[in-house]
Amino acid sequence: MSFITDHILSWVTFVPLAGTVLVLLLGASKKMARIIALTVALIDFVLSLHLFKHFDVGNAGDQFVEKVAWLADGKITYSLGLDGVSLFLVLLTTFLGPLVILSTWSAIQDRVREAMAFLLFLQTAMIGTFLARDMLLFYFFWEAMLIPMYFLIGIWGGERRIYAAVKFFIYTMVGSVFMLVAIIYCYYQAGSMELDKFMLLDLGRTEQMWLFAAFALAFAIKVPLFPFHTWLPDAHVEAPTAGSVILAGILLKMGTYGLLRFAIPLFPDAALALGPWLAHLAVIGIIYGALVAMVQKDVKKLVAYSSVSHLGFVVLGLFSLTATGVAGGLYQMLAHGLSTGALFLLVGIIYERRHTREIADFGGLAHSMPAFAVVFMFVTLASIGLPGLCGFTGEFLILFGSYTSTLLPGAKLLVVLSATGVILGAIYMLWMYQRVFLGKLVHDANRDLPDLKVREWIVLIPIMIFIVLLGVKPAPLIERMEPSIERLLAPITQKTIVMDSHHAAVIDPALQVSERTEDER
Amino acid sequence: MDTHAVETALRWIVLVPLIGAAVNGLLLRVIPRRVAGLLACGAVAISFALSVRVFLRLLAMEPAERLVTDTLATWLTMGRLTIDIGFAMDPLNAIMALVVSGVGLLIHIYSLGYMAHDKGFNRFFAYMNLFIFAMMTLVLGENLVMLFVGWEGVGLCSYLLISFWFNDEANAAAGKKAFIVNRIGDFGFLLGMLVIGSTLLPHLAPGEGVFSFRTLAAHAPLLAPAATLIGLLLFLGATGKSAQIPLFIWLPDAMAGPTPVSALIHAATMVTAGVYMIARLNFIYVLSPTAMLVVAIVGGVTALFAATIALAQNDIKKVLAYSTVSQLGYMVLACGVGAFTAGVFHLMTHAFFKALLFLGSGSVIHAMSNEQDMRLLGGMRTEVGIKGRTFRRRRVALAGVFPFAGFFSKDEILWKAFSEGNVWLWLVGFLGAGLTAFYMMRLVSLTFFGKNRASDHVKSHIHESPATMTMPLVILAVLSIAGGWIGIPHFMGGANHFEKWLEPVFHHETVAHHDGHGILQEIEHGSLGETAGTLAVTAHVVHDVVEGLDHAEEEAMEWTLASASLVWALLGLTAGWWVYNKRLSLATKLQKFAGGVPHRVLLNKYYVDEAYEAAFLKPGYALSEKVLWKTVDAGLIDGLLVNGSAITVSIISAVLRLFQNGLLRFYAYVFSLGVLAFILYFTLTA
Repeated sequence: MSFITDHILSWVTFVPLAGTVLVLLLGASKKMARIIALTVALIDFVLSLHLFKHFDVGNAGDQFVEKVAWLADGKITYSLGLDGVSLFLVLLTTFLGPLVILSTWSAIQDRVREAMAFLLFLQTAMIGTFLARDMLLFYFFWEAMLIPMYFLIGIWGGERRIYAAVKFFIYTMVGSVFMLVAIIYCYYQAGSMELDKFMLLDLGRTEQMWLFAAFALAFAIKVPLFPFHTWLPDAHVEAPTAGSVILAGILLKMGTYGLLRFAIPLFPDAALALGPWLAHLAVIGIIYGALVAMVQKDVKKLVAYSSVSHLGFVVLGLFSLTATGVAGGLYQMLAHGLSTGALFLLVGIIYERRHTREIADFGGLAHSMPAFAVVFMFVTLASIGLPGLCGFTGEFLILFGSYTSTLLPGAKLLVVLSATGVILGAIYMLWMYQRVFLGKLVHDANRDLPDLKVREWIVLIPIMIFIVLLGVKPAPLIERMEPSIERLLAPITQKTIVMDSHHAAVIDPALQVSERTEDER
Repeated sequence: MDTHAVETALRWIVLVPLIGAAVNGLLLRVIPRRVAGLLACGAVAISFALSVRVFLRLLAMEPAERLVTDTLATWLTMGRLTIDIGFAMDPLNAIMALVVSGVGLLIHIYSLGYMAHDKGFNRFFAYMNLFIFAMMTLVLGENLVMLFVGWEGVGLCSYLLISFWFNDEANAAAGKKAFIVNRIGDFGFLLGMLVIGSTLLPHLAPGEGVFSFRTLAAHAPLLAPAATLIGLLLFLGATGKSAQIPLFIWLPDAMAGPTPVSALIHAATMVTAGVYMIARLNFIYVLSPTAMLVVAIVGGVTALFAATIALAQNDIKKVLAYSTVSQLGYMVLACGVGAFTAGVFHLMTHAFFKALLFLGSGSVIHAMSNEQDMRLLGGMRTEVGIKGRTFRRRRVALAGVFPFAGFFSKDEILWKAFSEGNVWLWLVGFLGAGLTAFYMMRLVSLTFFGKNRASDHVKSHIHESPATMTMPLVILAVLSIAGGWIGIPHFMGGANHFEKWLEPVFHHETVAHHDGHGILQEIEHGSLGETAGTLAVTAHVVHDVVEGLDHAEEEAMEWTLASASLVWALLGLTAGWWVYNKRLSLATKLQKFAGGVPHRVLLNKYYVDEAYEAAFLKPGYALSEKVLWKTVDAGLIDGLLVNGSAITVSIISAVLRLFQNGLLRFYAYVFSLGVLAFILYFTLTA
């Protein structure tokens, strides 16, 4: 087994890619393609459990590290690592993987082989993005994610799928190009593509500003941060269910992950200077996303806009630049992955039955699909942050961390504003729920809809279990995240210590002066 | 009794109802009704029995040491922030736990009969057990976060149970309204917690639970600088949950739920959570005279305001709902004037008599084939024996007639308001008390006396309820009468066991003295002095009078006020009786008074809902749809910036494409033009 455990990160990353090849070779029949894909995804999930089990709690640095020279005389390496920040994002990816494949069982009927191949390929790219510790390798995985997603939307999507796919692709590319330039600039400064070498760079303030802006733009588009969000509703509405689940569940977190992993620790001066701007945009996004979600007529679009609101919370937490706020942000990423992922699955379930997502086409669904209504209620509650479910923990930590932040000017006001998201979230979700599920069955087409099937239960129950677990027992996650978060924030902390001592030096003489004058009196 | 067993009993008080809810919820379709009902009642019975057990344990302890704690786990540790999952029972928790599980049990039993023919029977009991779980978490949680978990949990159950008959869109809307209005309160609560945490955290040792009530009490002086902010933010939460101005609007609509729900959640237990929270955090509130004053004013005004609305309502449950809002106002007023004991006392007696009133009205509604309009009821006294009797008794209790429970508790509040020197608040409360007597008598007169005004069809169906429904009524009736006796004040020769029991909780000064930090004590004393000072200033009118009285005179004053409120209450009762029994023509005249405007205003609840709708909901929706979505999102960002730049690019490329048409002659032509321009340029500049 040691040939697996010694290279566990590579295995977890590339098993899905191997699955892609397998599916393309052997998946001639729909059934075969699905079974291969599901098996591979399950294997990958089991492999990733090894990471959780053998994770060294309290160790802040990268674990299970793999590094070999790759290109340019070893200046570019194949280097993977996993710390407390990456751990749970990888687990979320491998956890949702098989569920997503299962969700396509009846929803995707043509070109099944290609769909499965793309899904598995996407999984490799996503895991690789979370694990890469070499900037070129990271960029490689980052861009690789676009291709399968582009095709998933463009081939299996809705009516305006081509528009949405192209918009998604170009939007994300625009941001990435600037990041690539920034990466290359740093490469010439550091003489290596390794992230560790990048961390050692001593960059001037202006340099940092430009580099941070380039990175932050790429990530802000991915998050998506207001006002870079307009690709998201289109992509979500047109994407097939599987695409939406992955998009909301994992792809969006690439943005926030990137901010935390690269933008903040690599350019601490710039993060301190420009972070507040992003935090402000985040808070605008929280309220704006919620208000716009409220007036949507299409359930899927509503959930898409709610993501803008939820991810706003994450970004606020990150730029509180406190360990608590960042931990809350990371936690919220996971919680959002579960709850919004589940919401898209649920919307997919009803779409398969009714081929519509217009709120007006429903009403009284709880009569015909009571179990579905209960599950939907449950996930709704998770999404609006009911204590005891996953959403609350992250929100609470974000608000707490931000409120106590000394590095975010006007933090208290931002917290007050963003806490209105708690009210708005309840409004748009419960109002939608009321119009879809409660009241009388007004449309005959909804009268005889079949309730949840066994396969659908199998997809939903694991998510529901983790929604509860993350709400009731956050400690095992937090204790694994915390040291790594402190480590990523260390460059910021060092800067502020320097600033503080500088302040003290300025203030001290003044104090002495005032003491003296008092003495003189 | 084994100490450890007593401690772990605490968790089971909370968890057994959860198990009941889970079993009934998961096996919804398979479990037979009878089993589901018994299971739910059994779970609450266990919860009640365990509460009694721990209560007895407390009783056996020294008064100052009355505390049992049960910590299950650490929910979260993040840096210095530590939050435990744990429960605690001190004298205040004990009262709450006993009331919740006791009244809860009676209402569960009552529901066996009331909901017997409902097709959602099992679902109903699953929700009810879930509610008991959440409410127990609220009242037994050992820290503010646990309280908040329960706080939101009961809000959820309330939502689920109000929209229980979701076939009717109005019920669903009422449930949603309740949840959202409460969320506005929770927004304040959440911010209050943040202020507490951020103020206290830097002063604590690692591992010390920052939100634990014991930590908060011990370090209360540190919170003094932020006490006003904390107090007001948390109070916003209380105005939501305990239906005070400006967030009371959800409670009357909440009557859409089944009547046992109205009794348990929207009268006896959940709505008192705000009062409990203020009482629990009394040591923070006393640090801020401003916060206390706001609490007192809001409570007093709500008490009177809601009482006036109740005068004109025709739906029997709506009258009771506004009366609940009004009574909650009295409890809040009590807390605001520092009479926490009186507030909690009224909370308890109110739980008994209001649960009884609701269950009684439920029996009427049940007997009358779901008729709730009092104008169509009447003569129930002769038709339904036991209901009539118990219902009248509670009416008397609420109206506050000696020696029923309501008298002692409400009277206590008014006296405290007066003796704290706030004559205006006393007056407001006093007026409200008279109105209460009047509208309750109106309710009883219309419902039970006079001719039965129902249709013949309904009449033919009138029936007495089964024993499961009458037995809880009788028990609650007894409690309504006797419940007040444990709090008979000293001046009437009573021992006031109630006050003594709660003394350790509300005797915050002693806690501060134990603290040992000299500076902290100074802050503490300073703010206490400030409290007294401000209260004195706010009511300097009476201040001198009260101050001047020696003890004997004070007692005489208390007697005078007590007699006054008794007379006042009797007056209200008589008026209500006279108008609605003897001189119904007078009632019509009252309605038509001043062109019927006052009646219309009251009937329509001062148009508060309409005002909110016009001020917030409609503009909010229009802003979101027309401005944010259609203009900013679709128009500006997506249309102009995103697709606009895409279109610009495609226009530029379309222009550039003209030059790449692949025609060799065109290229040669352009090339020669360029050369020509080049030559021209150099010859001209040379």
